[in-house]
Amino acid sequence: MQERVKKPQFDVVGTRPVRPDGVDKVTGRAKYGADLKMAGQLVGKVLRSPHAHARIKSIDVSKALALPGVKAIVTRDDFADQASEFVPAGEMLINYRDVVRNILAREKVLYEGHAIAAVAAISEKAAIAALDAIKVDYEVLPHVIDEIEAMKADAPLLQEDMITQGVTPAPTKASNVAKRVEFTLGDTAKGFAEADVIIEREFKTKAVHQGYIEPHACLASVSEDGSADLWTTTQGHWVKRAHCAKLLGWDVTKIRVTSSEIGGGFGGKTVIYLEPLALALSKKAHRPVKMVMSREEVFKSTGPTSGGTVRVKMGAKKDGRITAAEGEIILQAGAFQGSPVQPACMCAFANYDLENVKVIGFDVVSNRPKVAAYRAPGGPISTYGVESVVDELAEQLGIDPIDLRLKNAAKEGTKAAYGPKFGPVGLVECLEAAKESDHWKAPLGPNQGRGIAAGFWFNIGGETTVSLQLNEDGTLTLMAGTPDIGGLRASLCMMAAEELKVDVHKIRPIIADTSSLGYNFLTGGSRSAFSSGMATVEAARSIVKQACQRAAKLWEIPEEAVTWEDGEVRPAGENAGKHKPMTLSDIGKIAGKTGGAIVGYAAISAQGAAPSFGVHIADTEVDPGTGKVTVTRYTAIQDAGRAIHPSYVEGQFQGGAVQGIGWALNEEYIYGPDGKLQNAGFLDYRVPVASDLPMIDTIIVEVPNPRHPYGVRGIGETPIVPPMAAIGASVRRASGVRFFELPMSPPKVLKAMKAAGKA
Amino acid sequence: MRYEKPTTVEAATALLAGQGARVLAGGTDLLVQMRSRVLSPDVLVDIKGIDATRKITKDASGYTIGAAVTGAELKEHPTLSKDWPGLVEAANLIGSTQVQGRCSLGGNLCNGSPAADSVPGMIAAGAVATIAGPKGTRTLPVEDIMLAPRKLALTAGEFIVSFKIPARPAHGGDAYLRFIPRTEMDIAVVGCGVALALDAGGTCTAARVSLGAVAARPLLVEDGAKALIGTKVDDAALAKLEAAVRAACKPIDDKRGTVEFRIDVAGTLAKRTAKIALERARKV
Repeated sequence: MQERVKKPQFDVVGTRPVRPDGVDKVTGRAKYGADLKMAGQLVGKVLRSPHAHARIKSIDVSKALALPGVKAIVTRDDFADQASEFVPAGEMLINYRDVVRNILAREKVLYEGHAIAAVAAISEKAAIAALDAIKVDYEVLPHVIDEIEAMKADAPLLQEDMITQGVTPAPTKASNVAKRVEFTLGDTAKGFAEADVIIEREFKTKAVHQGYIEPHACLASVSEDGSADLWTTTQGHWVKRAHCAKLLGWDVTKIRVTSSEIGGGFGGKTVIYLEPLALALSKKAHRPVKMVMSREEVFKSTGPTSGGTVRVKMGAKKDGRITAAEGEIILQAGAFQGSPVQPACMCAFANYDLENVKVIGFDVVSNRPKVAAYRAPGGPISTYGVESVVDELAEQLGIDPIDLRLKNAAKEGTKAAYGPKFGPVGLVECLEAAKESDHWKAPLGPNQGRGIAAGFWFNIGGETTVSLQLNEDGTLTLMAGTPDIGGLRASLCMMAAEELKVDVHKIRPIIADTSSLGYNFLTGGSRSAFSSGMATVEAARSIVKQACQRAAKLWEIPEEAVTWEDGEVRPAGENAGKHKPMTLSDIGKIAGKTGGAIVGYAAISAQGAAPSFGVHIADTEVDPGTGKVTVTRYTAIQDAGRAIHPSYVEGQFQGGAVQGIGWALNEEYIYGPDGKLQNAGFLDYRVPVASDLPMIDTIIVEVPNPRHPYGVRGIGETPIVPPMAAIGASVRRASGVRFFELPMSPPKVLKAMKAAGKA
Repeated sequence: MRYEKPTTVEAATALLAGQGARVLAGGTDLLVQMRSRVLSPDVLVDIKGIDATRKITKDASGYTIGAAVTGAELKEHPTLSKDWPGLVEAANLIGSTQVQGRCSLGGNLCNGSPAADSVPGMIAAGAVATIAGPKGTRTLPVEDIMLAPRKLALTAGEFIVSFKIPARPAHGGDAYLRFIPRTEMDIAVVGCGVALALDAGGTCTAARVSLGAVAARPLLVEDGAKALIGTKVDDAALAKLEAAVRAACKPIDDKRGTVEFRIDVAGTLAKRTAKIALERARKV
């Protein structure tokens, strides 16, 4: 792997120690969502809608409740209705009125797989028998799956009272269009008038699932005094605590939530599905209740991200200067409003320094599961369209696609169409690294092509709490509250070790539960290494300050006369007296005698998250006899700000690239005319397997974020933004055909190549 | 549900003649269907206790392969892969490495999927099934066993004990290729098995061409064989093979591929498979 990491001026940051959670994971000891067991636990299962759209006339659970071994059943009647209220959840907004309807359908079922009732029974068999015995009387309604169909005036309405927001004057009739958004900068009409070349294209993308290997799972135990323990696989246990408390009408302090190890989340585990059901069942049954989804339930009832329609129009001068850009982005929200159309619009043209931009977006409901965040939500969809048009501009203008991007690249001082001015950003550096890479210069074989695309993601900070304890033997315990989905614990220990000049393996990290630490917003928005890292550094510096105070006390000199140098507490200068310098280990041993335990605590709202740009190069080979696209070489280049643990930065680049490759080539939600999902399993929902891919090469670019003590930028999401357009551009050159629809699956590719006389 | 593991053919046929009985060989399809509540048999008749279902024997007339011999055992056999590499490769495409430790030729055929990988491989090789039933034993060519999806030409109480694979001809070779959108862990969108024999001068004297996943049942394409027999399997013959194979396809549109795509790819695969079989025939 090529690296552009500058020679580290650090002892620990930038090195590659073994991760603290690694051994338990590879030996199977780590406890994931479904791994905890409690004495007397019941099996919880969910009854789900077989219809895409139906009114629920009645639900009769009496026969099911009378069955042997059935201990509790909950339905819509067990949850109070909620007022319409939007709250942040990751990078998306949720509305409790919709959440309470998504966890258990109320007036209607809005998609196949929509939960209707949950049962708790003494065995899986008894629980399944109970599900079979629940009688639901449906009035089946016409359904609509496609977002363009759903926008039509005569489409079946999901919510009879939905009036499109963001339109003036407000429409008088309800529709499936929840919201219209618009971002403008300059005057696009003027910009297009100046253009020598204008390209206007429409792109279609399909709904794709996050595809985490671990299904949703939780275990809830509600005590007779009303306090509850909830063990769950999640990206944010404080956020889940808040959602559960709200839906159940309980105080948050009554619910202690522990996040298990997490087998992938990618945004999809920021949402509650089973947790309020398990808590309500446990309260009713007076026993712990464990719930684990099947893979089919995961596909039909959770996740995915939006499919959509993206229209892009861009104009450029002969010299490659882009004069205007317009986009229209229509995204599926699923059954309830709240697609990532806003970030999709904001991201669309963020790669470029443009004077004239206009982006309009629509959030459209249809009879699909409610979309959840998926790695840079919305960004990959709009960027696929924009970067594909940029590639076509380069082709038409006869300009190298890297040079065209360099001519227009966003840089420090660029005003983004969505508002802010960028600080120091690394797109130019990434493009230059691409241009200099071995990959970009390597020869291609027959039926092979090379494509390139850029991508951007905002990244966020937010509420974060970290506690760092100096133990009595000088070791340290680090408590963070952002679940570790990509090597976070390793990175936090490394930042603490760097500050404290201790061996990184002397710091044991845990992800604390909601009752053990102050509030933490969830792991999302690529915030955890940035925000929890910032809090860790603050906590470590507090330890140093306290160590100096303890030494001052011991040496009976003023605090100002003690300094921290090279990992030691030392008397500052000759006047401070001759005292033997002390390490943190020495200080830990005397903590009890000098004032008690030494704990560094940081409760912050992390500010100054900086965006990360990336550039991906893809080589593909297209089989003219079958239309099959094989990725033959792939390089992901991205600005990490500072790579704390380069292996996990590379892992994020690789993982995002692989998910993007799946999105580009084979992944899609396939619906039948009956509105039912036809491929709710990993056999026919084709994520790439290891043998499908070459090793994904990585190049880490470092343009430090000045707002973080070590220069960290969030890096987890950007890597899924460029792949679809990079693969599209590559397939264009390999096959001679340009595609405007994802996935570029073999039947579509072969058909288009035949039509173009290329097969 | 009852689980039975008879040790004789007679005991097995008696159990299978009862209501709601299913044969359990490797279980790699059956157990999955039971867990997903597609099937709920009353009696599971595990045939692995019967010696004949679990062994491979070789004599001058060819091989007899037990219906419950696993994919891994086919691969590990000292001579089978040399004589019938296409058949073994086809069987080894079923599932993952773990599944290969259980899955069998009998199960792959009797699961009744038109996309079963080992079936076109067996048909191309000229495999004949030995079927035991309450009225005794009969034989049936593999191409005549599956009638339609999940529908077999077996009657109540019958099960496949073993398959007879002929001895490889002097200059004979076989091959199997399938098309899947991935590289593994998938189900054939199109499968194609070809076996052919050459004379000393390199002219094709016999051929069998079989297709999977392009019709309601695996096909033996007689016109495909005719396109090759009497030729040197040159480009002209391969073009005729391609046309014959495409003409034989009667596929459906589904989530795994369109009618048009399956017909196109069947032709492409037939040519590629025949070329591999030809190379193998020339080497022996």
